[in-house]
Amino acid sequence: MKANKAKSNQGLQFYKTDISKTTKVALVGSPIHAGFPSPAEDYVDLSIDLNKELIKNPSSTFLARVKGLSMKDVGIHENDILVVDKSLEAFNKCIAVCFIDGEFTLKKIKVERKCLYLMPANEDFKPIKVTELNDFQIWGIVTYIIKKI
Amino acid sequence: MYALVDCNNFYASCERLFQPALIGKPVIVLSNNDGCVIARSNEAKLLGIRMGAPAFEIKDVILKNNVAVFSSNYVLYGDISRRVMNTLSQFAPEIEIYSIDEAFLNLSGFDIYDIEAYARKIVYTTTKNIGIPVSVGIAPTKTLAKVANKIAKKNQDKKGVFILNDKTSINKALEEFSVSDVWGIGRQYSKFLNKYNIFTALDFVNTNKEWIRKNMSIVGVRTMEELQGNPCIEMETTPPDKKAICTSRSFGTMQSEYEPIAEAVAQFAATCAAKLRKQKSCAAMMIVFIHTNQFRKDLKQYAKNIVVSLPVASNSSMELIKYAEIGLKAIYKKGFQYKKAGVIVSDIISENNLQTSLFDEVNRDNQKKVMQVLDKLNSKMGRDKVRIAQQGFSRKWKLRQEKLSPCYTTNINDILIVKT
Repeated sequence: MKANKAKSNQGLQFYKTDISKTTKVALVGSPIHAGFPSPAEDYVDLSIDLNKELIKNPSSTFLARVKGLSMKDVGIHENDILVVDKSLEAFNKCIAVCFIDGEFTLKKIKVERKCLYLMPANEDFKPIKVTELNDFQIWGIVTYIIKKI
Repeated sequence: MYALVDCNNFYASCERLFQPALIGKPVIVLSNNDGCVIARSNEAKLLGIRMGAPAFEIKDVILKNNVAVFSSNYVLYGDISRRVMNTLSQFAPEIEIYSIDEAFLNLSGFDIYDIEAYARKIVYTTTKNIGIPVSVGIAPTKTLAKVANKIAKKNQDKKGVFILNDKTSINKALEEFSVSDVWGIGRQYSKFLNKYNIFTALDFVNTNKEWIRKNMSIVGVRTMEELQGNPCIEMETTPPDKKAICTSRSFGTMQSEYEPIAEAVAQFAATCAAKLRKQKSCAAMMIVFIHTNQFRKDLKQYAKNIVVSLPVASNSSMELIKYAEIGLKAIYKKGFQYKKAGVIVSDIISENNLQTSLFDEVNRDNQKKVMQVLDKLNSKMGRDKVRIAQQGFSRKWKLRQEKLSPCYTTNINDILIVKT
């Protein structure tokens, strides 16, 4: 909190407080202790912020929802939420949101002998070989998967 | 040096980000109520679709050329804009957000680097990280940076970057630049200048300075100096508090009854109050206005506004709604088809300098507390979830947004769907 000098009067100074900014502080234990103070009190930290943990680059991170079965063998199922970072460079074996011929698709990127493949993780699906004839773009790289159990 | 970074066809680019199939295809975005064209992709421009063209007039062009049409989704554009600005702010110590899709960067002292490579990095980063293509114009002044940006945009071979840094290149650019396109010279002045055979920016620079001062005031002289490469317009990094706030909408369908209009006006007053609270200020004056559709010559016309003075400046939704209703009651007349209403608040002062009146009967501390709780709840649960009764829930007057895209980045139920 910041104190603003508001009025000074006969040597007495009055301050107004600025409550526009708040900082949350974790509260531990009950305020009045009859017994021994908690030994953990000195080790209180602020809470874990999942946004901070899961989203390293907020400006370039988008969420997307999964539909379909082609990635089930790597544990990605229908309705899972993908954390997608557009600022990352694609690398071999990364899982990426791709856009190919008018559709978004989630696949593993594989580079082999100067060819690019979109690899499913389900034996019922076939790999897609990307050629110059495809309208193709790697939209973003998946960094986390959030799923409801 | 200053850089002006401008997003290319921003609204259309936002829509394309989540529908990449539209890249290379004509896209237009319509105004509130899907009335007229407010944004066009390059392909739409090439089809001859004018800015501001009423949607019904260009129906044939849209159908024939398979133009993708969107209602304006300001929630989405606002969020993408914030991402772009955050990204740009990493490139300079000072950034001035000039509009939803442009920003000035102060690059003083960056001259020792390869400035063109730096500009290319800005373009690459915003295009890749957010998916929004931008153009960068760099010059010794903000006005020249604007010129450079236009050149970067117009010429495909510049690949989004143009730098004006020496007398010869500046003069050459000004010679080909219409004076009407210069930042700070409005339509009226360019008409006036054209009368005196001043057509290009170079003509303007070569005019007698005293003559400019006499006819265009100090503002004109400043523009002239800036075009000559002498910086006169500084960066505005913190936006000045608003002197007046206006909230108004056209109704999706015309309204004649009092109740739905009163509901809309209450909503506008509440929005004004929330905006005032956000900038920690209060308003002492309010204007309420209503009018019919002036383009419907077949209907009876009526337009009226009223000024309401508040006894004590306020930012309470309850109070502002109360006075807005008093105002509306005074000007509303039965028997007309109303198209638009609005509330403007002005005489805005800081919350801390409030002058109360001796006869004030309002418990201001209580109102303040209620509003704080209201703002807190709404910021947690969504805009206008908790509202004053007059704001209503029927929303008969609400916007027509038939082609609204999902709020991909701000609503978890609207996020992009990816097939695996």
